[in-house]
Amino acid sequence: MAHTGTHSQPVRSCLLLVVVSVCVQQVHGVWPLPQQLHQSADRGCLSPQRFSFTYGRDSAAQTGCSVLDAAFKRYFSIIFPDFTKGSENRLQYVWSEPQPFVVSVSVKTGGCDGYPDEDSDESYNLSVSEGQAVLRSVTVWGALRGLESFSQLVYQDDYGSYFINKTEIVDFPRFAFRGLLLDTSRHYLPLHAILKTLDAMAYSKFNVFHWHIVDDPSFPYQSRTFPDLSNKGAFHPFTHIYTQSDVMRVIEHARMRGIRVVPEFDSPGHTQSWGKGQPGLLTPCYKGGVPSGSFGPVDPTIDTTYKFMESLLKEVKFVFPDSYVHLGGDEVSFACWQSNPNVRKFMEKMGFGKDFTKLESFYMESIMNMTAALNRTSIVWQDVFDYHERIPQDTVLEIWKGEKYQAELSRMTQAGHRVLLSAPWYINHISYGQDWRNSYAVQPQNFSGTEEQKKLVIGGEVAMWGEYVDATNLTPRLWPRACAAAERLWSNEEKTLNADLAFPRLEEFRCELLRRGIQAEPLFVGHCKHEYDGL
Amino acid sequence: MYCLLKLAPLFLAVAVCNGWLFGDFVGKQKEQDEISLWPLPQKFQSSAVAFKLSPASFQIVHAKQSSAGPSCGLLENAFRRYFEYIFGDLKKSEKSRKKVYDSDLVELQVWVTSADPECDGFPSLQTDESYELSIDEPSAVLKAANVWGALRGLETFSQLVYEDYYGVNKINKTDISDFPRFAHRGILLDSSRHFLPLKVILANLEAMAMNKFNVFHWHIVDDQSFPYMSRTFPELSQKGAYHPFTHVYTPSDVKMVIEFARMRGIRVIPEFDTPGHTESWGNGIKDLLTPCYSGSSPSGTFGPVNPILNSSYDFMTQFFKEISTVFPDAYIHLGGDEVDFRCWESNPDIQKFMAQQGFGTDYSKLESFYIQRLLDIVAATKKGYMVWQEVFDNGVKLKADTQIHVWKGRPQYQDEMGQVTAAGFRALLSTPWYLNRISYGQDWVNIYKADPQNFTGTDAQKKLVIGGEACLWGEYVDATNLTPRLWPRASAVAERLWSDKSVTDVGNAYNRLVQHRCRMVKRGIPAEPLFVGHCRQEYKGL
Repeated sequence: MAHTGTHSQPVRSCLLLVVVSVCVQQVHGVWPLPQQLHQSADRGCLSPQRFSFTYGRDSAAQTGCSVLDAAFKRYFSIIFPDFTKGSENRLQYVWSEPQPFVVSVSVKTGGCDGYPDEDSDESYNLSVSEGQAVLRSVTVWGALRGLESFSQLVYQDDYGSYFINKTEIVDFPRFAFRGLLLDTSRHYLPLHAILKTLDAMAYSKFNVFHWHIVDDPSFPYQSRTFPDLSNKGAFHPFTHIYTQSDVMRVIEHARMRGIRVVPEFDSPGHTQSWGKGQPGLLTPCYKGGVPSGSFGPVDPTIDTTYKFMESLLKEVKFVFPDSYVHLGGDEVSFACWQSNPNVRKFMEKMGFGKDFTKLESFYMESIMNMTAALNRTSIVWQDVFDYHERIPQDTVLEIWKGEKYQAELSRMTQAGHRVLLSAPWYINHISYGQDWRNSYAVQPQNFSGTEEQKKLVIGGEVAMWGEYVDATNLTPRLWPRACAAAERLWSNEEKTLNADLAFPRLEEFRCELLRRGIQAEPLFVGHCKHEYDGL
Repeated sequence: MYCLLKLAPLFLAVAVCNGWLFGDFVGKQKEQDEISLWPLPQKFQSSAVAFKLSPASFQIVHAKQSSAGPSCGLLENAFRRYFEYIFGDLKKSEKSRKKVYDSDLVELQVWVTSADPECDGFPSLQTDESYELSIDEPSAVLKAANVWGALRGLETFSQLVYEDYYGVNKINKTDISDFPRFAHRGILLDSSRHFLPLKVILANLEAMAMNKFNVFHWHIVDDQSFPYMSRTFPELSQKGAYHPFTHVYTPSDVKMVIEFARMRGIRVIPEFDTPGHTESWGNGIKDLLTPCYSGSSPSGTFGPVNPILNSSYDFMTQFFKEISTVFPDAYIHLGGDEVDFRCWESNPDIQKFMAQQGFGTDYSKLESFYIQRLLDIVAATKKGYMVWQEVFDNGVKLKADTQIHVWKGRPQYQDEMGQVTAAGFRALLSTPWYLNRISYGQDWVNIYKADPQNFTGTDAQKKLVIGGEACLWGEYVDATNLTPRLWPRASAVAERLWSDKSVTDVGNAYNRLVQHRCRMVKRGIPAEPLFVGHCRQEYKGL
């Protein structure tokens, strides 16, 4: 970039263009699409030097509000990406004082030091007019969503001047739970990969990070109660773990962006790595009357198992502030339980006959009750519902099986349970071409059921399972493909069903992601003004 | 896929070296678990005797008898590169000399045997890339006819070094005699559908060298954009690139790519695809493309290069004159694929020309007419050419040394390979290696299983197969996702094209490839995982 001699150009051209702006309509899209958006062709110029965020006089939050102070700082650099990189003497030769622009943020309630939760009001109103924008919301979380929208409304012309059109937005999410699952067990994801994902989630207004933190292949969570779990169960006890301070950093980074962190400690299956650090936890499998040396799911027949789970869940409650905990409960293989004579004896004693789903049910019920006793809401995978009748009513069920998820939605909501939809959004499954369109076409409430039933669908999750994903390819595989579900979960469905109409807006948004340093892959042929600069 | 993992160790011992002088060593040595050579050398013998390598004392040096010496910049550069691959980027303070122990390997002597080491030359299709590597105390010796073979041997040497449990660098007593199965082992990158920043191209040349690829097929321009900045016709990129300054390859960029590739023994073959795939050319060169008609008037859109105007051929003559001087390789890829005839059909001048030439309504004859004249133009620049299979399929008269690039899935590529070679032409295979096509799971296995000589034909025909190319077309790929999408999937192609035909054991390959991909990650290449697991050093970029 050549700076000499052109210092004043951005400002001058900006003023000139204000005059002709009426005939140059350059309306800028917002992703996900706000519920109500009215933009006019009138545009105003933003000067980084005269731009500011302030708290409205009537705002419950004022300077000192950790979440919003940090957000102002963050969004300033996002809105003016050239400012921090630009030359120091840019302003010296300006021949006329640029107009100030003030974004005034008012929130009804404080809560700057709290955490977002299932009931957080994320709605906001944004009104952009000449020289100012007024952002009003009930909570700081709503203000964050509004700041994100505001940042997407600002654009640069060919001279680098910043503009924003007169805009009125009334916005709120369609679903309260808009999640993204990362799997840190199949491959370890370095902390910076998780933090980067949280950044990108905020840009798409996701609000739940579902941390599938442990599974069969490895146990990277360093437990304060049971340090051997990661000492022996992680890929490496020092380089491939999440320490307590790592976890705290993730939670705080997420909180600053209005994102909840819901950890998943999946059991009784998917627990191979747990067994290494917790002898006696897993069921010994038998072959021909003797232990084969291999292990199956958690052993549901012995008291020590439940003592262990209770301690672990107590720790989880202590470490993770969110009121939800994901307990897993999927894909339990019964072969090992079947082979074990003690398990068979227990089955007999309990009168389960040969129905091992009853045994699984018994186990899940115990730990769901444990969780409830800790004042936490359980989320479980659909298997738990499919097998069992008795599930605590406030348990949230998550649908992951690909076929006939609509019928499952009907059944679960009919039974009165709150439901999360993930099945059509397993975006670790890749294919050639524009597969974001499939994610976009999903209609989470399109199943047979009453209005009451539809309301029980509290949202959905994009899942990026880790079999084939690690730090090398995670980000381009997630973005912008996850954006499709983000819009489905936030926006009005009727206004956003046409993927062809969404395409140019999404293309623009992915370039914006690149501009913000998110390695989002292309949707199709073309280019961005600022291409990805890394490798 | 879990079962694959479980079976893999069983295969390891059996298949590692295809029975060449290995016999007794199998099973004796635990260290063989460390074998991560990729692609697998042709002949390989290793023993349990291990030597230590100390970064403080180990050196890569020119052998006394070598025809190459300190003035050979290419090797000097390679010595430094491979030293860093082996030991990491050491700070000078750590390199203070320490005591040398008996069990240390103190040096690798690189012995170039030909009178002309080719330090300042370019690799070619005829280049002898063979090398012999003998690792024994106190010195290891790498013997090759020229610098190109030496480069391959250096890569192999670096792959033999492993860290033991105490973090000590070790290498086993080893003898390797190696040469490539095919002379042309290429990667195609497409810088038109998406512009690829220079550093992405350079990083992938690095990765290619780690996999012993030796041809960078640069599909540099196409319909969507013309990023090549031409000295003769600057308006091509001024008007045809996505952006005339930020999304172009300047002459010095191109030079840098060629030199960076040369330093790694990689040829750069540019593709300037005509007469189709040329929309972006039309932005800068008026009247080059055929005006399409709608009814009896021009529709305002344009089709392939206009084959009936002399100005088209004048342009091509000047343009390819430039290309032949900018790119040193003896070959140019001329494309010739997927010509859409509808625009030609709509144009009354073309119809008239067809009638004059007696082509009837067979537009493939018109295409042949164009291609034939183009080939004459390029032949006059003393370059050889490669073309996509359509040119052969349409019966264009071709020079005997033309290379036919097979890419189509229908008819079966095996049949096409048979026909191309039966006609006496040299053939290159890409059909099973369109790596831009992705699917869920371990698709490298099918990539690995494809074999370019797996078709019905005589031995003479098989010999006409000069190799193949992995293609990463750019519709859905740019700087954000190119490297992890290409690696380690392209590594599967690399082994197929380098190693012996009998190296086909997927379980064994899996174990080696897992380690090879971790090695690439360690060297800074974001190669994606094959399956569940971890690398000691995970990718640090992002």
